[in-house]
Amino acid sequence: MAESSAAVRGGAGVEYPTDNYLTHTQGLRSWLFTLDHKRIGVMYLVSVLASFFLGGVLALLIRTELLTPRQTIMGADTYNIIFTLHGAIMIFLFIIPGTPGSLGNFVLPMMLGAKDVAFPRLNLASYYMWVIGAIFALVAIVMGGVDTGWTFYTPYSTTTNTAVIPVVLGIFIIGFSSIFTGINFIVTIHKLRAPGMGWFQMPLMLWGLYATSIIQVLATPVLGITLLLLIAERVLQVGIFSPAYGGDPVLFQHFFWFYSHPAVYIMILPAMGIISEVIPVFSHKHIFGYKAIAYSSIAIAVISFLVWGHHMFVSGMSNMASAIFSALTFAVAIPSAVKVFNWVATMYKGSISLATPMCYALGFLFLFAIGGLTGLFLGSLAVDVHLTDTYFIVAHFHYVMFGGAVMALMAGIHYWWPKITGRMYNERLGQIACLLIFIGFNATFFPQFVAGSQGMPRRYFNYPERFTDYNVFSTIGSYLLGLGFLLVAAYLIHSLFRGRPAPANPWGGATLEWSTPSPPPPENFEEEPVLGDHYDPYDYRGLVYDPRIGGYVQQHPH
Amino acid sequence: MANMLLGTANGSILGQSGPTFWMPRELSDHASDVDWIFNYILYVSLFFFLLIIVLMTVFVIRYRRRPGQEALSSPTHNLPLEVLWTGVPIILVGTMFFFGFRSYMDLGVIPLNAYEIKVTGQKWKWQFEYPTGYIDEDLHVPMDRPVQLTLTSTDVIHSLFLPNLRIKRDAVPGRYTKIWFRASEAGEFPLMCAEYCGTRHSDMLARLVIHPRGEFEQWLTKASNFLATMPPVEAGQRLYQLRGCKQCHSIDGVAGIGPSLKNLFGHPVQLQSGQTTADENYIRESILEPSSQIVAGFEPVMPRIRLSDAEVGALIAYIKSLSEAGQGVPVGGSTTQPAATQPAA
Repeated sequence: MAESSAAVRGGAGVEYPTDNYLTHTQGLRSWLFTLDHKRIGVMYLVSVLASFFLGGVLALLIRTELLTPRQTIMGADTYNIIFTLHGAIMIFLFIIPGTPGSLGNFVLPMMLGAKDVAFPRLNLASYYMWVIGAIFALVAIVMGGVDTGWTFYTPYSTTTNTAVIPVVLGIFIIGFSSIFTGINFIVTIHKLRAPGMGWFQMPLMLWGLYATSIIQVLATPVLGITLLLLIAERVLQVGIFSPAYGGDPVLFQHFFWFYSHPAVYIMILPAMGIISEVIPVFSHKHIFGYKAIAYSSIAIAVISFLVWGHHMFVSGMSNMASAIFSALTFAVAIPSAVKVFNWVATMYKGSISLATPMCYALGFLFLFAIGGLTGLFLGSLAVDVHLTDTYFIVAHFHYVMFGGAVMALMAGIHYWWPKITGRMYNERLGQIACLLIFIGFNATFFPQFVAGSQGMPRRYFNYPERFTDYNVFSTIGSYLLGLGFLLVAAYLIHSLFRGRPAPANPWGGATLEWSTPSPPPPENFEEEPVLGDHYDPYDYRGLVYDPRIGGYVQQHPH
Repeated sequence: MANMLLGTANGSILGQSGPTFWMPRELSDHASDVDWIFNYILYVSLFFFLLIIVLMTVFVIRYRRRPGQEALSSPTHNLPLEVLWTGVPIILVGTMFFFGFRSYMDLGVIPLNAYEIKVTGQKWKWQFEYPTGYIDEDLHVPMDRPVQLTLTSTDVIHSLFLPNLRIKRDAVPGRYTKIWFRASEAGEFPLMCAEYCGTRHSDMLARLVIHPRGEFEQWLTKASNFLATMPPVEAGQRLYQLRGCKQCHSIDGVAGIGPSLKNLFGHPVQLQSGQTTADENYIRESILEPSSQIVAGFEPVMPRIRLSDAEVGALIAYIKSLSEAGQGVPVGGSTTQPAATQPAA
């Protein structure tokens, strides 16, 4: 293990380091023009969480409207706009950039032992691309919103008179943000690993981010081209997708899902990376099956490009194509299953602490298992014909995206919060909020599986009376869920002002970011980390808890 | 949650065709097939879900952190175990693929003797055209006979969803898609649009009416002859609803894409080319040759619709009934000229 600065500081008690990346320079300009990956990560974190808040408020409006089978609080057209904005904001402004932009930016260089990413200016440009895209989305909301659903299916999207073009332009621009981040991460991982860090000494978070970046760089341009074609058709009446101009509406679905299915893995792969860090640290136990987890990330990234057609089994696509897409869809289930087994095996004979990040990680395992297993129903052709476009789909992807990606992001935020802010949050409140979110989540989304298999189509403003109970249950769950997140916001904000100063290594992590003070100095490490021949980011031997500083110190370097 | 899942899974074994916790009533062999595959995947998933959750819970309790106790040593990888937990899921998902594929292919091979009904989706209604040329807003089918639906759409993508038959197919503008089924039980069941299509997407509902053996033909003969059996005003109202008139022409006086039909008959009409009075001949010509006379302020967008003389007659009777000027005037022959030319106001 590398020399640990925490050990040097151990025994002195914990003081908030006065010269750190947050205090090194002051003023608004020092943030707006910063090239520090940590500050860009923080700006991303604040921005995506603001988007999450906005998308969440829209979600609660949707659920409130669905409290009764008829009109409850808004008209049908408003409802259609709100569910479209909820989807578009959550997907394009929150989940896709969420983990890579915020936590990825913050921890990737530090985990590599680097001072920054390979292209700091490109990194800042990526953030501003996100901001410009978000402004377009806000402009569209001011212009009355858009009512196509986040999927922008043609010919609906080429004929509706709502603000399709600004939203689509916004997403086009955000695509560049995604590509820039991806390029940056790939180059940084290839070129800036600390001396002595081989590919298989990298923390698994980095394998997750690497696989994510490959998808971002290869798939996002296809979305960009598709959206430009959509604009061309609306503005210039070029016949591409709309049959009215001689186009093919199903072609749009192929193009759209060629990006948007891999995009699902842009959302979940970094989440899997976070879980691969949190579970071993809080089990105080070496990760089980490192190489299997690393390779399965790459396998998922590759196979994810070949399954897009499973969104279109009822579109009239050829039977041969459907069969191939179904088989490949099942193939992508395997690496995910392997990861889950590895995570559970990691806990075997561990020393398991149920600190807040671990609670979220366990919640992730539970919810992601349901999300993944319900995917099997949808991969199976004949069953998908019944379930597609119903609430079963809505429940399935919320279990994967929310139960998977967002729970993991919550685990990651709580895990790295002391490192990012230099403050500890209230542990007890963290656990209570996690439980509240877990219960609220299941109450919201589990009934939707049943409503869907019973035949309730998605995107319904009015619904037949027989689906009332499922919807009422779901809506009550969503309020609980909202309450849980409010509690999280409250104690995290409180911790910024009143939180106990964080030690360098509060959880006993062995990855490099824990060997530098919290918050880290501007260039990440006081001395450049040099790794021994046997560096292992999951070797916790010698890390012991020091009650005087409330964190872990390295006792016997080996 | 696990208990709830288990209990419901058992419930689905007990009732074979009735509604279960997960599925609505099933009406065909294909639906039973789908439910069987659904249950197969459900049990396999439950097994793995419980395996993961039980192990996780046991580990958390058994190996919880205690003061002064370190993690125990155990291998960081185990090849036979890892091969096992990769291989077994591969085999299981292979079977899931196979069953789903086989059943899906059955949907793709349409029996040669299938009874064909043409389905057109449009914002926001379904039209079902039977071999007699009769068009209905509900899907009526014979029991125990293969029925083929040939779908298309006139505007955006819709999707015909029959939950009790476990089938769904997109109606795509500019192309035809097909699906078939054989219903094994008579009754009325829901039919819904499952592809988002705008404002009234969730109101794009219809009925699936399955007629008992021998009764479908009687229904079709009677329905196809509604012009002969119904009073003209009612028959005209039915045509107004079935043939798409109401999509553009309201009956409440509010102009839509076309002018409203309320108080039209017998009243003066301002055309782009001059003024006329809405009598039988004007209405007949407006229906059969829509672009020949355009009302001022509207676009020439109405398509020509194939209608027989009897159908036009019924529509005229209905339009008359919407106007005070037309009340009480019997519809019938082609010469009611004197009544119509009387200035109404």
